Amino acid sequence: MKLTLRRRQILWAYLFLSVSLVFFITIRWYPTLLAFNISFRDWNVFKGAGDWVGLANYADIWEDFFKPRSAVRAAFGNTLRYVLFGVPLQLALALSVALLLVRIRQLAGFFRAAYFVPFVTSAVAVAFVWNWLYAPQVGLINQGLKILGLPMQQFLRNPDLALPSITVVAVWRTIGFAIIIFLAGLQQIPDIYYEAAQIDGANRWHMFWRITLPLLNPVIVYLAVLQTIEFLRMFDLVQNMTQGGPLNRTTTVVLEVYNEGFSSYNMGYAAALTVILFGLILAITVFQLRVLSRRVEY
Amino acid sequence: MAISVDSSTEHRLEAAERLVGKPPQSRTRFSWETFLTYLLLSIGAVIMVTPFVWMILTSLKPAAELVQFSFLPVNPTLDNYVEVLGTNSFGQWYFNSILIALISTTSVAFFDTLVGYTLNKFEFPGKTIIFLGILATLMIPTEMLIIPWYNMSVQLGWHQGTMQYWGIVFPGVITAVGIFLMRQFFDGVPNELLDAARIDGMNEFGIFWRIALPLVKPAVAALCIFNFIGNWNAYLWPLIIASSREFYTLPVGLSFFRGESTTQWEKIMTGASLATIPLLIVFILFQRQIIKGIALTGIKG
Repeated sequence: MKLTLRRRQILWAYLFLSVSLVFFITIRWYPTLLAFNISFRDWNVFKGAGDWVGLANYADIWEDFFKPRSAVRAAFGNTLRYVLFGVPLQLALALSVALLLVRIRQLAGFFRAAYFVPFVTSAVAVAFVWNWLYAPQVGLINQGLKILGLPMQQFLRNPDLALPSITVVAVWRTIGFAIIIFLAGLQQIPDIYYEAAQIDGANRWHMFWRITLPLLNPVIVYLAVLQTIEFLRMFDLVQNMTQGGPLNRTTTVVLEVYNEGFSSYNMGYAAALTVILFGLILAITVFQLRVLSRRVEY
Repeated sequence: MAISVDSSTEHRLEAAERLVGKPPQSRTRFSWETFLTYLLLSIGAVIMVTPFVWMILTSLKPAAELVQFSFLPVNPTLDNYVEVLGTNSFGQWYFNSILIALISTTSVAFFDTLVGYTLNKFEFPGKTIIFLGILATLMIPTEMLIIPWYNMSVQLGWHQGTMQYWGIVFPGVITAVGIFLMRQFFDGVPNELLDAARIDGMNEFGIFWRIALPLVKPAVAALCIFNFIGNWNAYLWPLIIASSREFYTLPVGLSFFRGESTTQWEKIMTGASLATIPLLIVFILFQRQIIKGIALTGIKG
């Protein structure tokens, strides 16, 4: 039988896709459904599939949420705090640095690299380096405070300072990424607009609010969504800096998933937590896209 | 006229090129404004780099020097490195990290480009549904998949013995992000070129491998670098699946090493340096490609 060219093309296409289709079905889609399934069961990995318990795991989370000193409530509350402090701080700082960087001619490459370095390094290594910087008494930051005549701080051991201290590290670690995206966005704004505004007598301040910011809006939305998701998934830094302490003041949803699922092997409960996290990520993404993405037409 | 970031690939390529390219040199006269700009940028740069400098300086100090505060080591020594490398499995962890990053990067480079190419250049029934089916997986956070993955791995024995390598690597052998990215890049490969090869009697795989792929080499290189860095730094999944010490990757090993060294900061900083320095070297070597790739794709490593 002789195949037509079109038939042959279709066969080649399916051949090229075959391995990847098996991968996406077995390693992505099936586990996604399995995650929902596990969240409705009393599941222990070493005993295999457990009994169907309906919404019992979700009910347990709901109940735990209102217990005194609840780790789950702390986890959700802290995760929200990381997002609310971290994302605006990072975007504001990154935009400021990007606006400074587009103005200079010499050494631009050097500065870009310096701001970007932490992004490529391991979060675990970074966590330990900052543990050492934050160390009581002998840490570099406390030594600096001493020289300046300021009171020394306990940072990660102080329940009120621990979460902000970790947020600073998280912002520091990924700010380079945001700077590069802002720089790329800034360079796509045609100079014509600024020249026209200058002729009309607009000052810098006006140009920033009327031209730069509105035209950067899509970039800001993109980064806000991406970084919010990143902060919602906080784990590496927290687990290696404070293990969620002191007094659960830094624990996160993913850290609770890890503790419940892989220390207590309470996997149904942990799976239910991840389903809630998934719902949160989905909701926030849709919300931010709706609210923030007003199109700018010129 | 509508302006948005997702303009044509060409436009973005140009903008990314401008970002890393040398700006036109012109001698500017001194102004307070320029001075202030450089001053602020320098303060920021010091904050960004100091933690790494401090890490390396600490790793070069003998334990006794940590309490008597001095910025530079008084008697710099490599003893910490000798001791940490000698008494720990850092060598093995290096090997594991390199092996895993190489396997996953090779696989991603092959399959992501092949699927991206197919989704761009072929017409076949079910194309849209397959594309959307792959794209939709981007919405699913890894955290939701680790429990099912772990259960599957335990059933299949991927959490024991040498199979642990496969256990660590399997979730990342093909990536939706990479497929999406490569699909866009194959837009730049003209169909006429592929048709000409078809007329010459080349088979479809040959056309992909010898004609289309070489034309998107820079994009493949960017994909490889991001993938390598991402795998090298991966923590949560390797932490869960690697059950014995010999199969830890560097971040996992470092995390356990920390637990054992508690407050011996000079040792911990030595371990952190060992895990970080290879990446710093990769970054310095490929700095332009990495930054250009990020500007171009907007995708995290």
